[in-house]
Amino acid sequence: MSANNVKSARSVKAPGRPARTLAILLVALVAFGALAILQGATSFKLGLDLRGGTSVTLQPRVSDGGKVTSAAIDQAVGIIRQRVNSLGVAESEVSAQGTGVNRQIVISVPGETGRRIVELVGQTAELRFRPVLAEGAGNAGSLLAASDTKTAAATTLPAGVTPALNAAYAKLDCSLATNRQGGGGDTPNAAIVACSRDGASKYVLAPAEVLGNQVSKASAAIDQQGSSGWYVLLSFNGDGTKAFGAMTTRVTKLASPQNQAAIVLDGLVVSAPRINEAINSGSAQITGSFSQTEASDLANVLKYGALPLAFDRGEVQQVSPTLGASQLHAGLLAGGIGLLLVVLYSLMYYKGLGLVSVGSLLVAGVITLLSFLLLAKWIGFTLTLAGIAGAIVSIGITADSFIVYFERLRDEVRDGRSLRTAVETGWTRARHTVIVADFVSLIASILLYFFAVGSVRGFAFTLGLTTVVDLIVVFFFTKPLVTLLARVPFFANGHSLSGFSQKSLGVVVNKEA
Amino acid sequence: MSRVSGIGGRLYRGETSFDFIGKRRTWYAISALFLILSAGALGLQGLKLGIEFKGGSSFMVSTNNPTVAAAESAVKGTGYSGETVIQKIGTGKIRIQTGDLTNAQSNDLQNALAKTFNVDINNIDTQSIGPSWGKEITRKALYGLFGFLIVVMIYLAMAFEPKMAIAAIIAVIHDVFITVGIYALVGFDVTPATVIGFLTILGYSLYDTVVVFDKVRENTKAVTSVGKLTYSQAANLAVNQTLVRSFNTSLIALLPVGSILFVGAGLLGAGTLKDLSLALFIGLAVGTYSSIFIATPILAVLREREPAMKALAKRVSARGGLTPVEVSASQSSLSGISSTSHADKADRPRGPRNQPKRKRR
Repeated sequence: MSANNVKSARSVKAPGRPARTLAILLVALVAFGALAILQGATSFKLGLDLRGGTSVTLQPRVSDGGKVTSAAIDQAVGIIRQRVNSLGVAESEVSAQGTGVNRQIVISVPGETGRRIVELVGQTAELRFRPVLAEGAGNAGSLLAASDTKTAAATTLPAGVTPALNAAYAKLDCSLATNRQGGGGDTPNAAIVACSRDGASKYVLAPAEVLGNQVSKASAAIDQQGSSGWYVLLSFNGDGTKAFGAMTTRVTKLASPQNQAAIVLDGLVVSAPRINEAINSGSAQITGSFSQTEASDLANVLKYGALPLAFDRGEVQQVSPTLGASQLHAGLLAGGIGLLLVVLYSLMYYKGLGLVSVGSLLVAGVITLLSFLLLAKWIGFTLTLAGIAGAIVSIGITADSFIVYFERLRDEVRDGRSLRTAVETGWTRARHTVIVADFVSLIASILLYFFAVGSVRGFAFTLGLTTVVDLIVVFFFTKPLVTLLARVPFFANGHSLSGFSQKSLGVVVNKEA
Repeated sequence: MSRVSGIGGRLYRGETSFDFIGKRRTWYAISALFLILSAGALGLQGLKLGIEFKGGSSFMVSTNNPTVAAAESAVKGTGYSGETVIQKIGTGKIRIQTGDLTNAQSNDLQNALAKTFNVDINNIDTQSIGPSWGKEITRKALYGLFGFLIVVMIYLAMAFEPKMAIAAIIAVIHDVFITVGIYALVGFDVTPATVIGFLTILGYSLYDTVVVFDKVRENTKAVTSVGKLTYSQAANLAVNQTLVRSFNTSLIALLPVGSILFVGAGLLGAGTLKDLSLALFIGLAVGTYSSIFIATPILAVLREREPAMKALAKRVSARGGLTPVEVSASQSSLSGISSTSHADKADRPRGPRNQPKRKRR
């Protein structure tokens, strides 16, 4: 006995205040739950593989052998988002996944629009400069005055606008999202009608005179004197300088709106600045009442023009709502069965102690579900089939932490320690194992997350999340709970159902039996 | 159950002991056999890669009793003549896999299938993979694999000791290789979900090894100063002591994975769930084997080469060693205590402390 006391004074820390830790955890859990309700995070966000829809993964590629830049991908995401949003399908999403220039663009559209999506998003977006021939409000009608419509003489139309173009112009209603899709219809050597990106204005535009790949640099800058605020600096390469010089020299002499040059990206007018003078130096400034964001957005558009990205079709997946529902069902069923098996085994093997493991799993489950809900609200976390699989797999990994601790605990009791002492000595040793093992899982999930696309990321995310939850639960629930239970006679005296009976520990080498 | 835990107690005290390290050549031979089989299967048969890696399209039609012949004629009707694999899944589903199709070809085929099986076109689940995509995901998976091995090796070397990191990584590579070999041998489909499974196993296999190594480290911390056991003997005791734990953690991890496999294969027939859980299931089993039979023996061999450990082995053999019962008690009292106090303590677990409990029964 005395040796034992010396040992506990040396290596066993005071048990702390387990009841207080548990109370704090309970309060934290309630607060977490209340937060979810207050934030209105009450529903899961299901992935397309669970509710039906189309997802397309695109691999960006530079058409003429250059290098993909991170900014170009951001720009491409913007362009594709514009195209996809024009479909008007609620909850469509466009995002880049991966890191740096190694990113893929992932488009997901719920419902049954598969074919259109695939055709829509695959085209290369190009940047062009086109002189403006005519400009009007987004839903304006014909360029002819009402009195002229009967005669419809070409002479009354602005220079360069044919009756056919006028008819197309009158027909185009830029206030409709479907007409702001971008994509095709932007032949460089023909005059076109086009909407502005926001749909507020529409234009008749002359054939392109300067192409995107003739832009060499673009950046946003601020006028230090503060007189003109943010502006965009733009420079051209050799061919671009000549072409831009010729265009500006010609249009600057014309009357408004024909003294404007439209910057057209993916068939939509991003900006149509007025040309104040002939610019033959190859570098230009675009000024206006830009905010910093507007200026850098425009600069990015121009930069992107120098390096248009083409998209290789990576993966197209179309899941019908029927299959989605059955996959969701299967996922939940597998989770239920898995959980049940783990609970049964824990109870059979660890008896009373098994209840601790069941309780811990329950707490871990609640924390995980609440995190899913809140993350869905905050960062748009989407639960996919692979994500559900990750969560199910983690049931086992979470339960493993308890086993590591319980087995340690039983080893300590086998060494002859009282349960109350064993709870502490076993913990100091099991803690190290649990931390190292969970850390390895965490490394695995972080690397999986960064090196993977699509569904794999969902799996890695849930696995990583549940590993963290596991650590929280083991430290703040399982351990304090066991400390408390060790004071209860049922456990401390080794009742045959407690999981600490001499029989189940094999403490007695039974000569009698 | 209680009989199993009784074994746990005996293993813990060393009364029942399996010689994992001494018989390492046997385990090595078994593993070598598996490795050779794996290499052979990989070389001769190769992996059966899913369309995700090769590029291609897959169409799944859910309808009553579809026939392969009907699907074949639908495919032929579109004029597509490339490689086609048609497979019935369960009773109500049929899957048609083709090579890489253009958008137009894919639309034609969907129309034809919808007409043949009289289903709405939106109820055909399709998947189409560009030809360069497979290279991309393979590359990423390999980066992930090597990144993982390196990071974990550094971490383990810091958390434990460099030789443990080496032994653990060798065991992991062993696991991956054998799992891949089983895939080649049986001819299971390899899809990205399988790859996720592989990568997760790496984490899990290490988890298991970590549990064993943590005990090995504890048992061998004072091995030179106590001088009663060689490193190998102490490590072997650790494996025995953690055997029940390894068994339980692996079983508990296998239960949910098994249920995913069961539901995934039974209910859905094919897809993410089945592929993922199959890889996990096989990998977990191999991983548990390797942390006991491969990782620890390798660690022991590595450490026994150290001069201090060689000297220890000599001392121990000169003394004739100790019976395992006393060893387990000495482990719990750590270093710096003379051998007489050891003997006292070794008796304690069966001493008067246990008497009251016996009376209660």
